[in-house]
Amino acid sequence: MSKEIEVPELGSVGLLRYGWRQLTSMRTALILLLLLGVASIPGSLVPQRTQNPIQVGEYFKNSPELAKWMDRFSLFDVYGSPWFSAIYILLFISLIGCVLPRTLEHFHAARALPPVTPKNLDRMEHFSTWSSQGDELDKARAWFKSKRFRVLEKDGSISAEKGFMRETGNLFFHLALILVLLGISFSSLFGMRGMAIINVGERFVNTTTSYDSLNLGKLFNENNLPDFVLTVDKFTAKYNVVTSAPEDYTLDITFATDDFNKTEKRTIKVNSPLKLGDTSIYLQANGYSPVVTVRDSKGNVALQGPVPFLPQDGNLRSIGAIKVPDADPQIGFVGSFVPTYSRSGTDGAVSVFPEALDPRLLLAAWLGDLGLDSGVPQSVYRIDTSKMNQIGLKSLKPGETFTYPQGSITFEGYFQWVNIEIVNDPGKNYALLGSIVAILGLLASLFTRRRRIWIRVGKSVEVAGLAKNAAPGLESEMVEFVAMLKVGK
Amino acid sequence: MSRTWAYLSNYLVYSSMAVYTLSFIAHAIETAWAVRVTTEDSKKNMDYKRTEKVARIATAMMILGFVLLFAGVVARGVSAGRVPWGNMYEFSITGALAFSGAYLVALRKYDLRWLGLLVSIAVLLTLGTAVAVLYRPSAPLVPALKSTWLVIHVSAAIISGGVFLLANAIAAAYLYLDAMESRGERTAWAKRLPSLEVLDQLSYRLVAFVFPLWTFAVIAGAIWAESAWGRYWGWDPKETWAFITWVAYAAYLHARVTVGWRGRKAAWLCLFAGSTFLFNYVYINIWGTGKHTYSGL
Repeated sequence: MSKEIEVPELGSVGLLRYGWRQLTSMRTALILLLLLGVASIPGSLVPQRTQNPIQVGEYFKNSPELAKWMDRFSLFDVYGSPWFSAIYILLFISLIGCVLPRTLEHFHAARALPPVTPKNLDRMEHFSTWSSQGDELDKARAWFKSKRFRVLEKDGSISAEKGFMRETGNLFFHLALILVLLGISFSSLFGMRGMAIINVGERFVNTTTSYDSLNLGKLFNENNLPDFVLTVDKFTAKYNVVTSAPEDYTLDITFATDDFNKTEKRTIKVNSPLKLGDTSIYLQANGYSPVVTVRDSKGNVALQGPVPFLPQDGNLRSIGAIKVPDADPQIGFVGSFVPTYSRSGTDGAVSVFPEALDPRLLLAAWLGDLGLDSGVPQSVYRIDTSKMNQIGLKSLKPGETFTYPQGSITFEGYFQWVNIEIVNDPGKNYALLGSIVAILGLLASLFTRRRRIWIRVGKSVEVAGLAKNAAPGLESEMVEFVAMLKVGK
Repeated sequence: MSRTWAYLSNYLVYSSMAVYTLSFIAHAIETAWAVRVTTEDSKKNMDYKRTEKVARIATAMMILGFVLLFAGVVARGVSAGRVPWGNMYEFSITGALAFSGAYLVALRKYDLRWLGLLVSIAVLLTLGTAVAVLYRPSAPLVPALKSTWLVIHVSAAIISGGVFLLANAIAAAYLYLDAMESRGERTAWAKRLPSLEVLDQLSYRLVAFVFPLWTFAVIAGAIWAESAWGRYWGWDPKETWAFITWVAYAAYLHARVTVGWRGRKAAWLCLFAGSTFLFNYVYINIWGTGKHTYSGL
């Protein structure tokens, strides 16, 4: 006789329950945790858009086909990619599914009394027995109380238990991780982050249009931008004379909040941003803006003012572009600014010190179509010279003028610029609180030993102990306990 | 004045290398002689008493080397007027100090002298690389490093690293001895090493002890990054690898405590987690990009 093995129908509810159990199992959580670690690796080896957009651009320029495929797998935005998000969201669901039931269980267990003393103590570890003096039970009771054991006394025996902090700490650690994640999500939804380049002497009005780049959280309300105006009064950079390494940056500003009549002087340094509630203002970078005047052949001013250049090395050799779209034909200057000029055989003009001790502006003038009307967004630091002709090269000291048939350009001097970053991060305090609780929970759970100690007193005294997770230290505690009981024998 | 201190620091580091070399030689002699010496009752058993003196010299030299290196690190700090954690040369000499320090502290509790040979080699290699390749003149800090958090974050990270590497050395010893035992009996010299269970427990305890400190180092770094760079977490390569190390050790602890991994599997996971730390230190510091580029190379 043979009977077919019956496979029970799972049904949709059963399937869901099965899936949930699989997801919240320790094995799955462990795999997800390791997967999260492995998934973080590519983002540290491939340049990321959020940190290094220029290098990402180079990938696209050097090997466009490969870069296109890498982009399809979000390799340039690993930490915001669907697959990375999938892993940590699953991990956190798994974590919640694991921790919540355990919290309930622990809540009940913590209020329950320890189990009754087992009958055969001699089968337990750390067993010892000797003839009774009569007062052992009282001594044990006092000892347990002083050591804050939870006790159950019954029929001449005491069952004592200690070490619930282990599980409590463990649960707090995991719950705190959820709080950290909530804090981070809260910031990305309700926060904002923006950058602006400001020349020394100029003003910044905090409205969305003042920023050079601005990322608003999905639920950030533009009206929440705090009203303020700041004026960059002075920027001081100190450099090591030998190594050119920066030693100190100090930014002095005049700060005015909604009541514009009331101003105050403030200082921003690299490790001390200006704080306004949830909003902080950071000093991020600095560089030079050469001041130029461009004239047409009749001597009319076509462009005048500071043009920010981008630093390329530690000695602040900077590159930039001066575009004069109103000239006819259009004129553009591809420029290089060196604060302390020197000539090098291989590289041409180089800067040998970041302070402006002997500044030069090196220009290549181009005539033609700047391509600004094509609608394709352009970098303000570069010129697309594909539809232009070079008409001259010149190196200028401050005050000098370069004259060409269509007009002239004068290098008037330079300003320093600073890049400030304004950040509103409303969730960071939750993340910090979560981190602190996580560490405390971790300490409590790793350094608490859960153990039980029993004593039964009849004609003879019997004691035994049991350590959970085979944690060390119970042996010496039992020795101390027994010695205490035997005192006064 | 600062230059005098910098020279003094260099002399102290060189002297400590000489002393660590003596310690290495003594450990090597002890390891080698323990094999050769036989007692009357059995040719397989060894007489450790005869190598005991050498073992003591080895440990004494290790302590002396530690003291000299400690003085060297302090002098380096004095010469620059700050904590000596501004570039990779300074990280490396402090890391070697932390590693031999972790070994000496663990030695007070466990008889780890068998590990001394490995520890002295690792310390010498680190110091040698630091002096020959990574050396940079003593200089003030760049603005981003000027913060109290430098002391807190870097000291926590370096101590964690020292203990992680010690746990790694023990896990490696476990795997080596485990392979040896699975082929048959331990060879004569390996018999004096602790049992597999002891090694297994020891590497776990070191990790469990230092994991909260590593967590703290990462969080302290995040708090510092918030004030220096305007964000507490930006997936900078260094941050990413610190996170990977954290995740790997978290997985290790879970695997042991909750799933019950022991022995070989646990040792491999421990080695993997430790190697993510080393990768972060060596590769990301030297070849990586990002904001943690203080190697000075």
